[in-house]
Amino acid sequence: METETESQKPFQVDVGNLLAFNPFHNFPSLPTSRDELVKECLQEGTKLVQAVADSLFNLPSTEDVDGPLVKLPPPTTKLPREKHLPKPKPPTKWEEFAKKKGIQKRKKDKVVWDEQTGTWKRRFGYDRVNDDKDIPIIEAKMTDEPGVDPFAKRQDDKKKRVEKQEKNRLQNLKQAAKIGALPSHVQLAATALPITGTQAPPKKVTKDELGNVAGMAATSTASGGKFDRKLPGEKPAKKQGKHRRFLPVVEGSGIGSREKEQTENVLNKLISKHSHEILNVNKAVTMYNVKKEKRGRNRRNEEGKSSSATNKLKPKKQLQKKTGKKGPGSSKKGTAK
Amino acid sequence: MMKIKTPRNGRVRRELEKRAPKLVETGKKTLILQGTKTSGTLNGVLSEIYHLKKGGAVRFTRKNDNIRPFESGGETSLEFFSLKTDCSIFVYGSHSKKRPNNLVIGRMYDHHVYDLVEVGVENFKSIESFTYDKKMAPRVGSKPFIAFVGEGFENVDELKHLKEVLLDLLRGEVVENINLAGLDRAYVCTAISSNKVYLTHCAIRLKKSGTVVPRMELVEVGPSMDLVVRRHRLPNEGLRKEAMRTAKDQPKKKIKNVSSDAIEGTIGKIYIPDQKVGDVALPNKAKGVKRERREAKKKEANERASKKQKEESE
Repeated sequence: METETESQKPFQVDVGNLLAFNPFHNFPSLPTSRDELVKECLQEGTKLVQAVADSLFNLPSTEDVDGPLVKLPPPTTKLPREKHLPKPKPPTKWEEFAKKKGIQKRKKDKVVWDEQTGTWKRRFGYDRVNDDKDIPIIEAKMTDEPGVDPFAKRQDDKKKRVEKQEKNRLQNLKQAAKIGALPSHVQLAATALPITGTQAPPKKVTKDELGNVAGMAATSTASGGKFDRKLPGEKPAKKQGKHRRFLPVVEGSGIGSREKEQTENVLNKLISKHSHEILNVNKAVTMYNVKKEKRGRNRRNEEGKSSSATNKLKPKKQLQKKTGKKGPGSSKKGTAK
Repeated sequence: MMKIKTPRNGRVRRELEKRAPKLVETGKKTLILQGTKTSGTLNGVLSEIYHLKKGGAVRFTRKNDNIRPFESGGETSLEFFSLKTDCSIFVYGSHSKKRPNNLVIGRMYDHHVYDLVEVGVENFKSIESFTYDKKMAPRVGSKPFIAFVGEGFENVDELKHLKEVLLDLLRGEVVENINLAGLDRAYVCTAISSNKVYLTHCAIRLKKSGTVVPRMELVEVGPSMDLVVRRHRLPNEGLRKEAMRTAKDQPKKKIKNVSSDAIEGTIGKIYIPDQKVGDVALPNKAKGVKRERREAKKKEANERASKKQKEESE
């Protein structure tokens, strides 16, 4: 901060920000009317602006089309930044290796002399020098396997190289992101897990569903979700406390005793008075059928694996086995195990 | 599994680069929004602030009931908006019985709340209520003079904080060169009492004076209001230290084709393109210079002179 002595009242002037501060002024008694106050404020303001302008107009100026242009000095008042300081990019794996080995970067030309056609061709892109599709003949070597297409092999090799390069690039970017120096135009996005087998892709959960699930999780705790730590901004669960249902204190006549019903249910389950109601027939039947199907499927799989070549010779046997299985199975449906 | 996403468009890439953290920062963008209830005066205040900062401000007009800046959970929405609009200062207006005409001015560091100041607005006078010569009206986006008057700004903690925040808000772009003809506005903030500040916006009229420096005259044009400081929250020490960090002076930019030697000093290389010998205009081709032409002209002049003589003599 510069201090300018001006009639015993030093102002603090920051030319870089066009700022002036008078720390010595005070109102001994507030002026009664608003206009007086405004006038005095403007007076003081004018003095300060004049002070800034004094130093501003005395700076060396260059003539421009619209008027005199001055180069402002850097501001002296320190203000907090709005974003963090940019971190330098960490060296990639290749850069580290090159530094260790002392490999220098060579500048490459955009056009390269092509011996085959006798012209200057691009290094990459349309009509490039060593394009794969321009090779008419590939001579067979002793190490080549018969039945392998060399042109396709070249393309596959190139694909593999490109994939490897992409993987390395991803690794380098991940390393940079770990220390916070990701370049501004790149974003690393986590893609969904690959779909395996018959699993359906995971459904996107909506906001309401998430809220419900969180509420359910809360009520499943011993204290009904009352003391759970909440994220900032999370609203309290809709249905607080445990799910409890109490019987009415006074029972009207004609409804029957609900309490008696409740205790009866509990006792029946414990003592199993009516044992035939305990077994769920439908459930038992489906369980049996499922087990049977699994057994049949396993046996068929085993057969399939062992006789893939001789499958054509034995179709009839399988058919017979199928019908054979179904016969006795259907008669067993009524009884419980 | 991670995927690398890069913009396929040049425009998008340029936008992202504008938002990336820089070594030296230019001005901050302002976000102006409101809460559940606003009063008429508050609406006026917010729109006038938006007009004053037209180039670098974003105004939201819907009400936001889930924003409570001083509570720990109520800042998530603000941070989200700040991230999406790339604004680092926000002005949040709300009106309630307990805090009438409330304005919360806050700053962000890395899109997280850095500090907050809550002020109440009193005695607001809008731009329309001032009468002045319209020719002097300040232009949009010009860099303002800022003047702070009063010992309160030095002694009282809250006013010191308010001073810093107001400077950040009113500053505008940080530029290296400035055109002296374009200086036409000034903000004057006076500390009236230990918690009241009178803020006004004035146009500058330059008057001739004897020296190079013109005499300044301030004319009130813009909004003027009394700000009563209510609450404020300073940043934590650690966060403050990190935000105040500046990069060391950048290494000087390398000027091409200039090198320096200990013995000879600064050496420059000049590349001259090859001279195209065939295309250069021959110096003798100029019309008036050819001897033949010159002689022909002389002969003509002589012939004419002799003709006239003959006629005269006849």
